[in-house]
Amino acid sequence: MKITREDVLRVAELANLELTESELSTYGAQLASILSYCEKLNELDTKNVEPLAQILESGAAGADKDQAPDGGERQHLRNDAPRDAGIIREVVRRAPDGLDAEPAYFRVPKVIDR
Amino acid sequence: MSASPNASAGAAPPAGSTAWTVAGIRRALESRKVSARELTKDYYARIERENPRLNAFLALSPDRAYSQADAIDAKIARGEPLPPLAGVPAALKDVLDTRGTETTAGSRILKGYVPPYDATAIERLDRAGAIFLGKTNCDEFAMGSSNENSAFGPVHNPVALDRVPGGSSGGSAAAVAAGLAVVALGTDTGGSIRQPGALCGVPGMMPTYGRVSRYGLIAFASSLDRIGPFASTVEDVARVLEVIAGRDPLDATSADHPVPSYSAGLDAPVKGLRLGIPAEYFAEGLDPAIRQKIEAGIGLLKQLGCVPTPIAMPHTAYAIPTYYLIATAEASSNLARFDGVRYGLRVPGATLGEMYRKTRGAGFGPEVKRRIMLGTYALSAGYYDAFYLKAQKVRTLIKGDFDRAFQQVDLILTPTSPVTAFRLGERTEDPLAMYLADIYTVTGSLAGVTGISLPCGKVCGTLPVGLQVIGPHFEEGRVLRLARAFEAAGGFEL
Amino acid sequence: MAVEAGCYNFGLAMARATQEASSIPPEVLARYEPVIGLETHVQLKTATKIFCACSARFGDPPNRNTCPVCLGLPGALPVLNRRALELAVKAALALHCTVEERSRFARKNYFYPDLPKGYQISMYELPLATRGWLEIEHDGKTKRIGITRLHLEDDAAKGMHEGFPDSDRNTYIDFNRGGVPLIEIVSEPDIRSPEEAHAYLTALKQILLYTEVSDCNMEEGSLRCDANVSVRRHGEQNFGTKTEVKNLNSFRYLVHALEYEIERQVQTLESGGTIAQETRLWNVAAGRTEPMRSKEYAHDYRYFPEPDLLPVHATKAMLARVRAEMPELPAARRARFVRDYGITPYDAGVLTATRELADYFEQTVRAGAAAKTASNWIQTELLRRLNASGEEIAASRIRPEALAELIALVERGEVTAASGKAIFAKMFETGKPAGRIAAEDGHRQIQDAGEIERACREVIKKNPDQTAKYRAGNEGVFKFLVGQVMRATRGQANPQVVNEALRRLLAAK
Repeated sequence: MKITREDVLRVAELANLELTESELSTYGAQLASILSYCEKLNELDTKNVEPLAQILESGAAGADKDQAPDGGERQHLRNDAPRDAGIIREVVRRAPDGLDAEPAYFRVPKVIDR
Repeated sequence: MSASPNASAGAAPPAGSTAWTVAGIRRALESRKVSARELTKDYYARIERENPRLNAFLALSPDRAYSQADAIDAKIARGEPLPPLAGVPAALKDVLDTRGTETTAGSRILKGYVPPYDATAIERLDRAGAIFLGKTNCDEFAMGSSNENSAFGPVHNPVALDRVPGGSSGGSAAAVAAGLAVVALGTDTGGSIRQPGALCGVPGMMPTYGRVSRYGLIAFASSLDRIGPFASTVEDVARVLEVIAGRDPLDATSADHPVPSYSAGLDAPVKGLRLGIPAEYFAEGLDPAIRQKIEAGIGLLKQLGCVPTPIAMPHTAYAIPTYYLIATAEASSNLARFDGVRYGLRVPGATLGEMYRKTRGAGFGPEVKRRIMLGTYALSAGYYDAFYLKAQKVRTLIKGDFDRAFQQVDLILTPTSPVTAFRLGERTEDPLAMYLADIYTVTGSLAGVTGISLPCGKVCGTLPVGLQVIGPHFEEGRVLRLARAFEAAGGFEL
Repeated sequence: MAVEAGCYNFGLAMARATQEASSIPPEVLARYEPVIGLETHVQLKTATKIFCACSARFGDPPNRNTCPVCLGLPGALPVLNRRALELAVKAALALHCTVEERSRFARKNYFYPDLPKGYQISMYELPLATRGWLEIEHDGKTKRIGITRLHLEDDAAKGMHEGFPDSDRNTYIDFNRGGVPLIEIVSEPDIRSPEEAHAYLTALKQILLYTEVSDCNMEEGSLRCDANVSVRRHGEQNFGTKTEVKNLNSFRYLVHALEYEIERQVQTLESGGTIAQETRLWNVAAGRTEPMRSKEYAHDYRYFPEPDLLPVHATKAMLARVRAEMPELPAARRARFVRDYGITPYDAGVLTATRELADYFEQTVRAGAAAKTASNWIQTELLRRLNASGEEIAASRIRPEALAELIALVERGEVTAASGKAIFAKMFETGKPAGRIAAEDGHRQIQDAGEIERACREVIKKNPDQTAKYRAGNEGVFKFLVGQVMRATRGQANPQVVNEALRRLLAAK
């Protein structure tokens, strides 16, 4: 499988990773080799196979009866009752650029572009 | 191996000994032969002595440990009943959030990070009376099979210091193997408990997906991550598991399935258990010396009345690409939160984007970056169907292999790893070759089933071999029962 | 820098577009048909956030309502708020959607400082509900606008770009809003004019308020709207290239932005240009839409199923519970008002504008007032005064029972219609009951024939000249004499009785 330098740059940009020139070429070659290996999956016909995203999905594990579609209320939902975590000052104090005051804030370089 | 400590010999067994067990500590505490504080102090002395050459611990938490120990000693003084893991010195993999103790996930990007809360499994261990000695080294964000991907240097295998302990929970496995902790928690996404357990020669268990809450586990791959125990004995694995298992309202993917007393069921008979032996796990690539030990282990179980049965698991060969596509895709998203805004490292930049790129470029190590790149690629427009979706479909087929197998057999036996502990630096050049060594463990990870790696003798006199016992979803009890029988029959020293 | 250069070019392009758009002749515009679809984000009325137990309250001190989950701390996991799910289902049912038996959250991946996890948890390939509709009324006609889908997601935090000493260099982040539950409601491209868009949003808001799914407070951001807009020649079957216009956070902006964008597109096409498929932002100050400066990759959101949450199952039990708490919806209530109370469709429309007003009307009727009379009083007196004072009906000091009492006084003739209005005004100010105001201020009508007769005799006695004139056949002075009686009774005598008594006495000599 061919991975171009542009492919690597595009992925690095999506992932917000600053890469050196040597990382760019190393990762390019390694991604190509790993993805080529992954193409082995194409040997399998999966036309009529459902994808599996979560093992505990209804019917997937078979063991978690509470996930049955009409098993009533136990869908692992949370009741709408507020609880104060009270951690903000602690988190802000340790943040890279936090304003440990009342009110507390996180700061980032000016957002000018969206 | 003796299950009870030689308590009359002093405060603790001699350094390096792994003779303390959960039950032994309890007896010693109750009979006041040792206090929890003395025991803690003794373990810290060992760590101080041994850790410099092992690098198993990244951070120690003596304040918390001694306060936990004093709470246990106070209970004893007042004659109160002791919680199930009273006074048991525990080591915790550094991907588990511990309130007030630095938690780095083995990454530079989290250097100095102190979580404001305990992971659910940690909180349950705490309530059960365990003593938190400290945080153990691991591959960065649990990504690796040798522990060489830690930003804080590799762990050295206690059985041979020039060799890897396996990964990613290498620090936890090494700590238990070296007697620096009685029990330890690790995490297993594609083999990260079972493989280091095998390479260090200690039992390590991966529970069923959903069995133990993931709340407070710094995520690598959410649909695969499990938390599980290491210990010197099967009984102690069971004792830790029954404490940390069970439904947690903070993890929507934790199961309601009831938690039996695993330790109470250990000695039920194993005679007649059908053990599936999949031919695919004994094919090319398996070290012949390991194969011989595993076959001896199977022979031992046959003598105990178990019935080895050949089975087919035809999709095994597809597990590695399936696993690496799914795990890296999820990881690329899970690791997006490390952006220098709220915690951890920030490398300044003139713009927000520059800050992001520099922070993540400098904060993540090479393997983490590689996996983020791979996962981002697999999810990106134009490749999703070919890679990610395809892998999810093959995951269904791999799970199908297990479903069919468990209609024929009660448990499945395989080697844990095709190789024994290799030399540090020996395999770092070729990431794909490193991935391929996960072949026997990633299948069970993808299928969501439970598995344990048990010591199964040594090759070349020192290098431990791991026997993997895999059970169906939520059948940890059955797996542990067989493991206990194997241990009692001397299987660990085959 | 590239961004600055881009900025400069956009500036030029925009200036030209504005000028051209304003000069477009109506007959040219009329050759085109706008095609509009709306995406509406609605904050659900829950006590807590969608995936954690932090308060979802608006207006608290910044970052007060935060926890490991909504700050995206390492290791934290989401758990779906049951109430958020129920409210979303309620909205879906009210919009005639099919609630899918199985839906699923997905991650939408992108980096932004207001997005603590680096992804939004939304729904993608399996939304909560699909294929609904909403009826709008426009130009006296009703029209059905299709709803494509309705799904749940978490809101982003708030970036604060102004107001700090270092705002030239830094942006401050407040995570209170981060993780507040939203539903996104996507309409079909069935809307054909800015006015229809306005009617759609009005009807949608009405339903969401009726069902108490949201408080729909646009100032607080509880209701936000984006539009997909394209134009095509009348008769053309295919859609034109669309733009997405964002930041339409009031009814007025929605109409203005759509008008602007439609004209801009027509102008572009008329001058031989093509429409770029892009996202544009409504610039309130400049009164125009402007392209957002986003990089092309920003659209690769790499959606995939959220592995931290299991699929959502709309269980029969949950659907039954939500149906049980479903109120009568505006359309049904309008129809029933016409049918049961005999009021006009127009009056029914006014009275069902809000659930509170409709409840008020029905309570007034239940307290004994005739429906039509109650309808008149509410529409003329009550709504006029509420409008003037800017009060909500819930805050009105006149409760429905009190209004019914006043109506009864007027109907029984105990106070005149004119007095009734005066009494209403006083009730509105003070909240005192009608009977007491009537008594205290002397509004009660004199019905007693004896008392009225005495007053008439007195007037006849005091006005011998006018009496004589009447008796001589001058009918014109009768009015004067009646006026004198009314004056003597301070307007409280029943005019009917006065008429009769006066004629009888004058005739009797």
